[in-house]
Amino acid sequence: MIAATVGAILLATVTLYAILGGADFGGGLWDLLAGGDRRGRAPRTLIDESITPVWEANHVWLVFALVIFWTAFPDAFAAVMTVAALPIWLAVAGIVLRGAGFAFRKEVTRLSLERGLGATFAFSSLLTPFFMGAVVGGIADGQIPGQHTQASLAAWTQPTSILTGFIFVGACGYLAAVFLIGEAARRGDQRMERYFTRRAQVAAVLAGALSLATLAELHSFDPRLYTRLTGRALPLVIVAGVCGVAVLVLLSTGRPRGVRVLAALGVAAVVWGWGVAQYPVLLPGTAVTLSNAGAPEATLDAIVVLFVALVVLIGPSFGLLFALQGRQLLRAGGDGTVLPTAAAQPATQPGGRSTARTVVLGVVAAGALARTLRRRRRGQ
Amino acid sequence: MPGHTAMLLAAQVVPARAQMATTLGFHIILACLGIALPTVVLIAEFIGLRWSNPVAMTLARRWSQAMGVLVAVGAVTGTVLSFEMGLLWPGLMRRYGAVLGLPFGVEGLFFFLEAIFTAIYLYGWRRLAGWAHWWTGVPIALSGIFGAMSVIAVNAWMNQPGGFTTRDGRIVSVDPWQVFFNHAAPYEMPHMILAAYMVTGFTVAGVYAAGVLRGRRDRYHYTGFAIPFVLAAVLTPVQIYVGDTAARSIAHDQPVKFASMEYVPHTSRHVPEWVGGVYINGHIYGGLRIPDVDSVLVGFGPGTRVTGWDSVPPALRPPVVWLLHLCFDVMVGLGFLLLLAGLWALVTWWWRRRLPRPRLFWLLGAVSGVAAIVAMECGWVVTEVGRQPWVVYQLQTTAAAATRNAGVLASLSIIIVIYAILGAATILILRMLARRWRRADAGDQAVPYGPPAAGVPGRAGR
Repeated sequence: MIAATVGAILLATVTLYAILGGADFGGGLWDLLAGGDRRGRAPRTLIDESITPVWEANHVWLVFALVIFWTAFPDAFAAVMTVAALPIWLAVAGIVLRGAGFAFRKEVTRLSLERGLGATFAFSSLLTPFFMGAVVGGIADGQIPGQHTQASLAAWTQPTSILTGFIFVGACGYLAAVFLIGEAARRGDQRMERYFTRRAQVAAVLAGALSLATLAELHSFDPRLYTRLTGRALPLVIVAGVCGVAVLVLLSTGRPRGVRVLAALGVAAVVWGWGVAQYPVLLPGTAVTLSNAGAPEATLDAIVVLFVALVVLIGPSFGLLFALQGRQLLRAGGDGTVLPTAAAQPATQPGGRSTARTVVLGVVAAGALARTLRRRRRGQ
Repeated sequence: MPGHTAMLLAAQVVPARAQMATTLGFHIILACLGIALPTVVLIAEFIGLRWSNPVAMTLARRWSQAMGVLVAVGAVTGTVLSFEMGLLWPGLMRRYGAVLGLPFGVEGLFFFLEAIFTAIYLYGWRRLAGWAHWWTGVPIALSGIFGAMSVIAVNAWMNQPGGFTTRDGRIVSVDPWQVFFNHAAPYEMPHMILAAYMVTGFTVAGVYAAGVLRGRRDRYHYTGFAIPFVLAAVLTPVQIYVGDTAARSIAHDQPVKFASMEYVPHTSRHVPEWVGGVYINGHIYGGLRIPDVDSVLVGFGPGTRVTGWDSVPPALRPPVVWLLHLCFDVMVGLGFLLLLAGLWALVTWWWRRRLPRPRLFWLLGAVSGVAAIVAMECGWVVTEVGRQPWVVYQLQTTAAAATRNAGVLASLSIIIVIYAILGAATILILRMLARRWRRADAGDQAVPYGPPAAGVPGRAGR
């Protein structure tokens, strides 16, 4: 029971990484496809502004998922890390190049440097999700033996892996385009709204087609997974399909309200469909299940406690971050000169009153946050 | 066949260790900045807000811009390390992942808080008002400290494993509290967190000391030097005390590591202290021998018995003893050099209420950052190489933990190239930022709160 709970926690963190981190990777993908300097300026700026304040926090879900994986299921973790070492190394290289390229591009001013770093960021945004998908596809397809001690090329080069890699890339692009429609709308940029609506539609069709192709491929090569996906995981598969179609319909009728939630829900349904399909087996094709993958009960209990603490602490913090970002209160700093307001304001305030002011500001900020969240909930 | 496996293991473990050393040695510098730079920035912003000091305020903004770059690079190099735990050491994770994963999980929690509030702090400069903005930085500084405690808990646990029971080679129960606050945690945690503050303080100060040496003797540079330097210099004596305690604890907890640090071949009393010297085949070339001092340091009396490395068979001793000893000596020596720099500033402040003027002091200040980084890296060499051949002390050897995959040499080579480029690019970007700021200052002469062309030394931070 506790093992299943921890399995659900792991899947929840993976889902959040798939949605939030996936959208960031997709941003890089659209950056890559944005064309030349002039034509690509507007979309690149929008992508950059939308990703900048949130990508690091979104990236932490990956680290957290890794830690839960190795703490709760060390046997399975060691097996995956050994057998699928090569694609994981490539994904790691992609993560390094992507983060560095993105962070550095912001600070350089020469166009050629900007171009080079931008290309590094964009190209690695394409490679990283592909290799991650290939690894996940290999796991789902039962290519990771429990006790193997050597890397294997076959584990991630069979059709299921490759297709899953492409699905990951497609889903990233899809999520990013859908999210960017909202970002453009919030800035009142109708041209960019149309630009990303078109791309979201294309990506939705592509991701849908890839998913169907994968199902067909599983039908002929991996009947076990196919039966489970169309058996006990069928409701989730249907949810994923319905969400995708609904997004397409809403976008083509020009009513983008609620598409973000639908798109995120669709991706979440795919992740959970995978989880439900192979439950309780952790590495299909082996005897490694959630409950015998190596960790004692005390460890699993501790992970549950940790996750509760995470939800309590991180939930509101993330809410604050996204609310501030949504209200466009977070912008890159610029030249580093002092703003008169920042320096002059407290100068006129005696210590006691500035404390009171901070408290008032805090209350106002909390109120604004609550209001935004409420309005957002009503909006959907 | 077993001989072949052993050879294979030995062949893989050296590149795996080299790769871990490279990536950790690189990341640890960024980690130090990630832990302590927010505090330095917050101090500057506090001074700027509380005493409406525009110079401190400008510095806070600029440092936070540099922090943005450093935190991003640190986030990705840190991610590399979490992957490497599995990619390079699957044996360790398979056997002890359920134990050492817990502190890492706690670290993940603080990493989250750090990332979220860093984003709010860095990108909230324009829109969030004075003190509200300052308070958004406080969680970064706190989670930096707690996150560091969690990661060091893992390393301390590897030195002094505990808090779990095994049956038939599998872990059957875990006491998370004892894992986190293991026997080595009380001295490793403060030692590394103080090191992070010293590295950050002296590195930032060093940048401005170099500026002063180049003739930029203005209030901006003196303030930029004084804020981080004072913080680091105040912590230096504390660090020396903590380090001394740590060494004494290691003499009891990991006697073979201590024996290698101090050249103690045989368990004996009246053990001399060696300052420098290279140990090769039973001879110590060069170096200064001070009779009885090592015994005094370990047990406050010349008759104290110190365990030598002959207490364990050669296979269980760390390799390259001279490297351990010299790294330890360099760390301690640099610690005292940094203490000296702080004392110099303190004495001058005592008598003259200003920073010292001699060029030598600023030269010392300029190299203090590099010195602190070298000292910290040497400390890591001592603790990591000194634990060999164990990865988990007396429970699992590093060779048993390493991956059996071929190709670690390839990933090592690629990583070295990528990290070299990454390091060079980070430094280049920071220098570019500095150049841009200097240009902005040159154009800002007319601004009423701009830094004056020539400042009064010693009014820094006022």
